[in-house]
Amino acid sequence: MSTISSTLLEERKDQIHRTGEGAIDIACNRESLAGAVSQRACVFCGSRVVLYPIADALHLVHGPIGCAVYTWDIRGSLSSGPELHRLSFSTDLQETDVIFGGEKKLEAALDELIDRHSPKAAFVYSTCIVGLIGDDLEAVCRKMAEKKGIPVLPVMSEGFKGNKRAGYLAACNAMFRLVGTGDTTDISPVSINIFGDFNLAGEIWIIREYFERMGVQVVANVTGDGRVADIGRCHSAALNLVQCSGATQDLAKMLEEKYGTPFKRVSYLGIEDMAESLYKVADFFKDRDPGIVERTQTLVRDELSRLMPELARYRRDLEGKKVAMYVGGSFKAFSLVKAFRHLGMKVVMVGSQTGTSEDYAELAEITDPGTVIIDDANPLELSHFIKEKDVDVFVGGVKERPIAFKLGVGFCDHNHERKEALEGFSGMLNFAREIHSSVMSPVWRFVPRRAGRAEAVRKEAVNE
Amino acid sequence: MSKVKAARPNFVSTTNACKLCTPLGASLAFRGVEGAIPFLHGSQGCATYMRRYIISHFREPVDIASSALGEKNAIYGGGPNLKKGILNVMKKYEPQLIGVATTCLTETIGDDVPMYFNEFYKEFGDLDLPELVRVSTPSYNGTHTDGWHGAVRSLVEQLCLEKAAPTGRVNILPNMVSCEDVRHLRDICDHFGIGATILPDISETLDGPALEDYVKIPEGGTPIRDIKAMSGAEATIEFGRCLPARTGGSSLEERFGVPNHRLGLPMGLRESDRFFEALEDISGTPLPRRYELERGRLVDAYVDGHKYVFGKRAVVYGEEDLVVGLCAFLSEIGVDVVLAGTGSRGKGLEEAVARVTDGVARVAPEVREGVDFHDIAAEAGELAPDLLVGHSKGYRYAKEWGVPLVRVGFPIHDRFGGQRIRTVGYGGAQALFDRVVNAVIGKKQSDSSIGYGYI
Repeated sequence: MSTISSTLLEERKDQIHRTGEGAIDIACNRESLAGAVSQRACVFCGSRVVLYPIADALHLVHGPIGCAVYTWDIRGSLSSGPELHRLSFSTDLQETDVIFGGEKKLEAALDELIDRHSPKAAFVYSTCIVGLIGDDLEAVCRKMAEKKGIPVLPVMSEGFKGNKRAGYLAACNAMFRLVGTGDTTDISPVSINIFGDFNLAGEIWIIREYFERMGVQVVANVTGDGRVADIGRCHSAALNLVQCSGATQDLAKMLEEKYGTPFKRVSYLGIEDMAESLYKVADFFKDRDPGIVERTQTLVRDELSRLMPELARYRRDLEGKKVAMYVGGSFKAFSLVKAFRHLGMKVVMVGSQTGTSEDYAELAEITDPGTVIIDDANPLELSHFIKEKDVDVFVGGVKERPIAFKLGVGFCDHNHERKEALEGFSGMLNFAREIHSSVMSPVWRFVPRRAGRAEAVRKEAVNE
Repeated sequence: MSKVKAARPNFVSTTNACKLCTPLGASLAFRGVEGAIPFLHGSQGCATYMRRYIISHFREPVDIASSALGEKNAIYGGGPNLKKGILNVMKKYEPQLIGVATTCLTETIGDDVPMYFNEFYKEFGDLDLPELVRVSTPSYNGTHTDGWHGAVRSLVEQLCLEKAAPTGRVNILPNMVSCEDVRHLRDICDHFGIGATILPDISETLDGPALEDYVKIPEGGTPIRDIKAMSGAEATIEFGRCLPARTGGSSLEERFGVPNHRLGLPMGLRESDRFFEALEDISGTPLPRRYELERGRLVDAYVDGHKYVFGKRAVVYGEEDLVVGLCAFLSEIGVDVVLAGTGSRGKGLEEAVARVTDGVARVAPEVREGVDFHDIAAEAGELAPDLLVGHSKGYRYAKEWGVPLVRVGFPIHDRFGGQRIRTVGYGGAQALFDRVVNAVIGKKQSDSSIGYGYI
């Protein structure tokens, strides 16, 4: 086994912590190290992630072809209506545009595409190259908005101007321009907006159904299964729920500041966090609707009585198995740590691309001693800790999958590309089922790492 | 003969592109060199996005380093980050070669990579340095195939600097074929008894075995010493009828007099024949019996299956040379290629398609350069295709039109085993033929209310 010193670059040492070994003081939110093969993406990626699921908007990438192609329909965000978001639009900048400027081409592209698709709004994403050649996106968008009579919104997401978090902010800035433009007359005093859920595999429909059973009106899905008009009137909802990584937390803050809408951070992953999120909402509205607390309790009880016996079956097999995870935003990791406890499993490594120091401090609090906490990791570090901790299953995204598989370790895809609903109580069951099939497959008997160990154990047993 | 329609005059936006960007092609090619790691000089996102995209096809770890430029670097230049990045990659990966491809960001700020390399050699000459190879790949210029061919040429031009002693080998520059195809090409050369330097060789580096440990850089790939000795080969065979004038093969011919055979991708019977004839010439060995048999079986299969596919209408898309190869193959089995499209421009696709379909095609394929899927779809009604042949990004259209998609090329993101799809040689033609025939039969079965089980 390679030693950690050969795996870890000196400059990355303060981005790794072990729970229980002193106070946590992890460096984070810094630029990725050159040559470190970071798993991170860019500002553009951050914006694209957030805005992508708004299904009745046109999403035009102003840049060379790659940026648009690599984000073409890669997510599992479903729409209950229009599916404009699943197409990949680009200005496909060429050398002449780089020399003479791309504004004319952008204008013509918007002209053509808005006429063709009649979107409710258009988001225009800036890329690295646009930031360099200095196209005035703002001016082009203003002009086209007037000409076409729809909001045309620049998203200032030049790839090199920070990391994914900066892209979240750029997306929120663009969306905030829509807020306050819509009719709010039929909005109930018991109403919420769902922020930060991307409706992967229809997850938001599961969550919306819970709220409907509780008697809460959902005004806008921001952004999963999102609609431009809903975002336009979302400022009149009574409460904003911000899920997970905080991709839309900036928008919630803007609404709080301008419209006085309070927000709460929630998570729909795992049993406790799902239930707790619903109770938070019930608690918030209990003065306006005294029956809501009881309805919520009934809902949670009903769901759990269905779920728990089934979970117990999986838990029998999974008890004691070890888990490592590497996720985009660390907020999701909190829920996963708890969810794995319900399966009797131990989290031994947890990392994220964009966690904050507060996030990591909380992770250190809820994880067992010895758990590795890591910021902005790379393949060599991840493979090192997977081996060191001898994990049974690794949770991550597409880029992490082959790392686990090469090491003969099970893998669960838990990022924006997944096509399986993992949220809510029914999602927890899907999650358990997926973890179970990842860990219990007989194929691990044949991978060299496990096969070698099994042989050693056998030899020891027969005293060879 | 085939016709090329001019792109629509109001063409300004791209919808669902049928191409990828240049640095991706370069990264893939660099992955096919032994001990090499691709390095993108640009912002972090490019490397990450491309890794994700490539991993989804090959299902292998694909480590691509980045100089991870930020705003300051965009203003003051990316040199320091490039050097630091190279040092970090050296420390962690201990590569034999670092293949540096530029991006639109670094090309536009005017970063001078050759100069940075010189500075780097001066500053760190006392270290045990890997080979450094650079290629210019601004993503606003050309497509991923330009990146691929550019990287291959850079490898040859920057590593093979002297006339080597005669090796008796043949150089094969295979173009963007699958891992399985590369393995097949190697087997063919083995059976001819001729040593082959295949550049790049992604057969193991992008389709490796299960191992005991995570290896930093997978085994396999074209050995650097073999690249350096390419100047001593008997000949070069480079696949592609749409290649740029300057390629790895042309460079070896110009500089060292290594005869360059530029052939089409050996897809289908006739293009494969040309490849085998070239190997016979170069090696002086007659066609081995196994390929005589393979060829015979292929013709036999063509006969057995001809009625299922004759007159079927196919839309073909993807990399320009893949499209040419597919047109060659499809036209000889009696399938009418009603549209042959590629995302690139100015590669002579029209002439190449005309040449390979001449004498067998009943209708000259409509050839389109610089198209996206929106353009292709705009004509779907008129084209009335029976099947689509190309990578998996055409799936939504195949689904919409209710026709089968025969998956071939890169990327295959919605099926398993893209790296093991075989297309070259008689064996590749056989595999493709079986898949095309079965796709047609499958469609007939699913459309039938009776569902015959005996066809």
